[in-house]
Amino acid sequence: MEHAGTVLTGFVALYIFMLAAFTGYEIIGRVPSILHTPLMSGSNFVHGIVVVGAIYATLNATSVLEQAIGFFGVLLGAGNAAGGYVVTERMLEMFKSSDKKPAGK
Amino acid sequence: MNAQLLIEVSALAASFLFIYGLKRMSSPVTARSGIVVAGYGMLVAVLASFLYTFGVAEAAKPHLTTNAIVAISALLIGVGWAWWSGKKVEMTAMPQMVALYNGMGGGSAAAIAAMVLLATPTEGASHGSLHYLVTVFGGLIGAVSLSGSLIAWAKLDGRINKTLRMTGIQAINGTIMLATIALGLYIVFGAGGHAPASVTVAFFALALIFGVMMTMPIGGADMPVVISLYNAFTGLAVGLEGYVLNNPALMIAGMVVGSAGTLLTLLMAKAMNRSVSNVIFSNFGASGDEQQGEIKGSMKPVDAGDAGIQMRYASKVIIAPGYGLAVAQAQHKLYEFVKLLQAAGVEVKFAIHPVAGRMPGHMNVLLAEAGVPYDIIYDMEDINGEFKEADFAIVIGANDTVNPAARTNKSSPIYGMPILNVDQAKQVFVVKRGQGKGYSGVENELFFADNTNLVYGDAQKVMVAMIQAVKSLDGGGH
Repeated sequence: MEHAGTVLTGFVALYIFMLAAFTGYEIIGRVPSILHTPLMSGSNFVHGIVVVGAIYATLNATSVLEQAIGFFGVLLGAGNAAGGYVVTERMLEMFKSSDKKPAGK
Repeated sequence: MNAQLLIEVSALAASFLFIYGLKRMSSPVTARSGIVVAGYGMLVAVLASFLYTFGVAEAAKPHLTTNAIVAISALLIGVGWAWWSGKKVEMTAMPQMVALYNGMGGGSAAAIAAMVLLATPTEGASHGSLHYLVTVFGGLIGAVSLSGSLIAWAKLDGRINKTLRMTGIQAINGTIMLATIALGLYIVFGAGGHAPASVTVAFFALALIFGVMMTMPIGGADMPVVISLYNAFTGLAVGLEGYVLNNPALMIAGMVVGSAGTLLTLLMAKAMNRSVSNVIFSNFGASGDEQQGEIKGSMKPVDAGDAGIQMRYASKVIIAPGYGLAVAQAQHKLYEFVKLLQAAGVEVKFAIHPVAGRMPGHMNVLLAEAGVPYDIIYDMEDINGEFKEADFAIVIGANDTVNPAARTNKSSPIYGMPILNVDQAKQVFVVKRGQGKGYSGVENELFFADNTNLVYGDAQKVMVAMIQAVKSLDGGGH
């Protein structure tokens, strides 16, 4: 039973991976190059979701070694997410077109 | 049960918000809201992740309080540090910061893999080889991304100036890679996922060393491609660890970034006319200085004020900025000058080479910071045909991206790289600090061309001189 479940998960996983890969390709493929830096930074932020996995693994730790690794995992993941967000937001905030008056300044 | 449902729903919401947010980020008009949308997705997912507390494995229950404290304190420290560092970083230093945050994500994925591999095997909950193969593969990529990104960060930040180049480095790296893979395969198939801690530690140590060794020989000019590649690596690692943890949000987010990052890497490498493998495995510039033909002509200097006044009476001026502009912090003064020209009826356009700055699109960010509207900024393909009609092209802080040798000189290391055709403008001004060479170490024949004049000086001072010259002219004239 356990085994049958695993095989199924494997294939569902492949479908998820395949569709997600096409999604990423489609999103980036149409982006004007002026947005490449913010977009790289934005996608960098998105994989900060890894912090969720690190939190899960840390909560399930059973030894001091695992807890120590978990601490670093969550720390690094949180840095990825928060840092990625802040720098992307700062960059995108600055993009203005010439017919619009700069807002707030 | 309800906690589990809440987690599932929040993961679904987060996946939707990430994709929708990235989609909005793909147009300058909606980009700002895109990151905010994605940010909400992250917030929801992270808050919900603490609901895992209600569903931890039996073996972990006695440790739950400590585990929760560890997770929360790490989360707070990580967010606090990154928020602070992200707020204060200069726009010019953006590429290395992105590299640093990206490496951290890779490290986090590697840490997840390590925890899975080091966990005490529990009765009944056996996993197949595939499970551990994915864990090990994701951990390997994540660890390489961590140490490689750190080297990229250090290089771009000027902390490492040396570029490691020695004969046989390819063989050494190959050996390290094979050893890492062999250890990984042993962990999966030899030890059934639960190798002794020392073997697992050795595996990650080797993976980290491999990341360092792989990145050290790559020169600074190629770093954008490398950062983008590691961004894709981290995405892939996160997606794979998501599979291991049975978490679809990680799988989707990771794989979207993995493929988007791969495409971005290929686009960047193409803009530099190089293949990704060429960037990683060749020693760029190593043979550049030797066989260069004599360049005819001489460098003709011109006064900054005179150049400014000449452009004031032109009908069309195209500006080709490079990283040197940002280093001199001259973007704001440049835009002030541009506004003066526009007020005088001159058509002004910015021409951006795909690899201007330290990352594709970096120059756009730096110009946006100075308030330059994005609709007068043009990509190379869109503007290259217009240089012929331009009265003046002004090159500020750029060098290799405007070097005609890329078109003509087969022996040049940058031969074949697409360049901005500034040399086709009627008159070219090059704002330059001194007589040095570009990032690639190649002499630039544009500087010696008949229609080129050099404006020596710090870019910011030069812009101030141009502004003053034009202002005094207009002030006296009216």
